Amino acid sequence: MITDSVAVPTTVRPGRATRAERLASLSQRHGALTMLALALIAASVTFESFATAENLAGIAIQSSFVAVIALGMTFVIIGGGIDLSVGAVFALAGVLAAFGSRWGPVTALLLPLGAGALIGLVQGVLIARTGMAPFIVTLAGLLAARGLMLALTTEGAETPLVPRGSGFLGLGRGVFLGLGVPVWIAIVLCGLGAVLLRRTRYGQFLFAVGGNEDAAGLMGVPVTRVKVVTYALSGLLAALAGMLNAARLGSGVTILGVGMELDVIAAVVIGGTLLVGGAGAVGGTVCGVLILGVIQNVVNQIGTLTSSVQSVVSGAFLVVAVVAQTYLSRAGRAR
Amino acid sequence: MSDPATILDARGVTKRFPGVLALDHVDLTLTPGRVHALVGENGAGKSTLIKILSGAYHADSGEIVHAGRPVSFARPLDARAAGISTIYQEVNLIPLMSVARNLFLGREPRRLGLIDLRRMNREAAAVLDRYGVHVDVTRPLGTIGLGARQMVALARAVAEDARLLIMDEPTSSLEPREVETLFTVVESLTAKGMAVLYVSHRLEELYRLCETVTVLRDGRVVHTGPLAELDRLTLVAHMLGRELDQVRQEGTTRFGEHRDHTGNPPVMEARGLTKRHVLRGVGLTVRAGEVTGLGGLLGAGRSETAKAVVGALPLDSGTVTVGGRRLRRLSPATAIRAGMALLPEDRKAEGIVPDLSVRENILLAALPRLSRFGFVSRRRQERIVATFTKRLRIKAASPEQKVGELSGGNQQKVLLARWLCLNPRLLLLDEPTRGIDVGAKAEVQALIDELAADGLAVVLISSDLEELVEGADRIVVLRAGAVVAELDGDDVGEHAVMAALAEAEPREEDDRDD
Ligand SMILES: Nc1ncnc2c1ncn2[C@@H]1O[C@H](COP(=O)(O)OP(=O)(O)OP(=O)(O)O)[C@@H](O)[C@H]1O
Ligand SMILES: [Mg+2]
Repeated sequence: MITDSVAVPTTVRPGRATRAERLASLSQRHGALTMLALALIAASVTFESFATAENLAGIAIQSSFVAVIALGMTFVIIGGGIDLSVGAVFALAGVLAAFGSRWGPVTALLLPLGAGALIGLVQGVLIARTGMAPFIVTLAGLLAARGLMLALTTEGAETPLVPRGSGFLGLGRGVFLGLGVPVWIAIVLCGLGAVLLRRTRYGQFLFAVGGNEDAAGLMGVPVTRVKVVTYALSGLLAALAGMLNAARLGSGVTILGVGMELDVIAAVVIGGTLLVGGAGAVGGTVCGVLILGVIQNVVNQIGTLTSSVQSVVSGAFLVVAVVAQTYLSRAGRAR
Repeated sequence: MSDPATILDARGVTKRFPGVLALDHVDLTLTPGRVHALVGENGAGKSTLIKILSGAYHADSGEIVHAGRPVSFARPLDARAAGISTIYQEVNLIPLMSVARNLFLGREPRRLGLIDLRRMNREAAAVLDRYGVHVDVTRPLGTIGLGARQMVALARAVAEDARLLIMDEPTSSLEPREVETLFTVVESLTAKGMAVLYVSHRLEELYRLCETVTVLRDGRVVHTGPLAELDRLTLVAHMLGRELDQVRQEGTTRFGEHRDHTGNPPVMEARGLTKRHVLRGVGLTVRAGEVTGLGGLLGAGRSETAKAVVGALPLDSGTVTVGGRRLRRLSPATAIRAGMALLPEDRKAEGIVPDLSVRENILLAALPRLSRFGFVSRRRQERIVATFTKRLRIKAASPEQKVGELSGGNQQKVLLARWLCLNPRLLLLDEPTRGIDVGAKAEVQALIDELAADGLAVVLISSDLEELVEGADRIVVLRAGAVVAELDGDDVGEHAVMAALAEAEPREEDDRDD
């Protein structure tokens, strides 16, 4: 990393934070929330049909799958890594869940989750032990998971179906207090994830590894274990999302998940997690996911627009988020 | 058999890196309640030995006996579990995490399995208070001063109930007052029976703190025994591997006498540099051929003044005039174009590129100036690099070695070389000899003097009062962000600076970071 020789003044005034500093850190922390609020207001004002309970519940369920994956991705990125395999694992897990449902709901649950965790574990071990770049290892993981999925479905020609009346379907289609079961699962998991990150030793270790891996090792952090656990968790969560989606659709759709890793990374970054690692929060990620969900919904509402427009708008948000991040972190430091 | 009174006994420890035998059958014995000094030139192998003792590196051969049993630590965690606490040479903490989280990483107070944030922050504040660090512990560590960070590292190392504390140049980024705090802590620890291994290039510290000493030279132990039996010159002679007479003679090659340059035109004039809470209308004039020292205590604003001059610290108001032309927008780029170069205080974060070679690191800033149509003659590059590696005694396997693989002190020298070969009109040096061994220190000082004699204007910041007084022709004393005294000609002396500083006792305890 090249650092400018005359860069950031280290400290000037310790003790209390100044008002400008507090403001910067506040908007940094809640930047994604602000963006989400603005997007919601703009959409409600423009489209009458937007702020209906039905539409919002639809956005929630659409977003819940992405949110579960993005939760794992948040962990991976905070730890200084990246996981490109999540989209492929999502698809593979869907197919495995649909296959497994023939033998009952338990196999439908365990088969995809086990496979996802195993893929993540192997990736984690490779990254942590051999020092290979996460980008390369998880790219290989993406190809392997997609290949496996295609092999299981005779090159994607078969779509395994969940038997009618299987209890497994309830996991995806059930509704509780007006929200789909996947939404509740996502909410609970994100809550747990936030606690894991801020209030457990593992969370502290993860921030330390992402912040400065060498220093973390010297401070007694079990770096290898932290990385392996994190990638395994990411694989597990991606598989969980794929499984829930299969339960909702009633089949393991083979064409899903392509490019999904990029949407997930975009959501995490919009949510304020630093791509270089060492900083981030689950709350931000949830906002990032919802922002992308709202954009997609609005583009669908307009109807005449194609999904490519949606990509352009999402991309614009990403740029805005990243520019805002850089600007705010600079304002927060250069006092 | 090992003596029951020893806490750690290293025998025949050997470590080889590509191209260098870093440690060659090193023996070291540490006893409870004693401070043992480990000294040697830059690159002698001190940090390597420490990393082996603390489980960060593995010895190629040799044995470590800890508390009577042979041990082999697979990783730092294991050494810590065995009661060996280490503060490494580079402050090794996580800048983005809060002060409290850094302090407690790995042993956070928990309730019902979850970290008790309130208690952690409260305890962190209480602990740091005892070390004279008064900061908001929820702030990211990276936003507090270097010295304060070092104190956090110390508090962290001591907080675990360790039996052996290893410190690799803990004082190199500390101010005198913090050094005192550190000494008090160390003394109270040894009184409780802790063994301490202490590395420093500051001889006066060694004599104050340590009872025994081991001298390393090129990876071999050349002397070990009670420190009181060695006088300074003999110690230095052991370190450098030279005859006493030669050392004595070189010891006198110091900065030249103070000269008067009031006739020379000013190279740089700064007026009314102001930034809320930091600088209050600082003015500074530097003339060609003149070394201007900046004196002051912690938080006086010396580093900030230097940074402000080169545009690295955004100002509320103030002007900088270079060679009679006022700089319109202050920024590092305009400063470099105007011929100003700053050797920053925090080298680790602000300058070294560990994966580039020694040659590339030295020439990084000078390349644009050296190049013709985008090409730089390799021969010319090598000549410049060879000159500086020789003069500063940079110890590297070759100029193509990665800087990240050099010893800490040699990395410092590489950075110093980078700014020296830039040929600026004004050179601002913030703690130029920090972490550099005694032999090279004299060389650096001679070099600064030589450059000034050639007409370069120099601003020198040093917490080493002796170095400041000997090196500077003029001293500007700062207090709480304002100039309180200017000492010229014969006034320049340790007493005069002390007097100005004494009057300038900072009023706010809080304002402690430089
Ligand atoms: N990771 C590494 N790879 C290659 N060489 C290394 C590595 N670490 C240290 N060395 C070499 O080992 C030798 C001893 O280095 P070490 O860091 O132990 O010196 P030191 O005594 O601590 O010096 P200083 O006073 O400058 O800190 C040096 O020649 C250095 O270049
Ligand atoms: Mg060292």
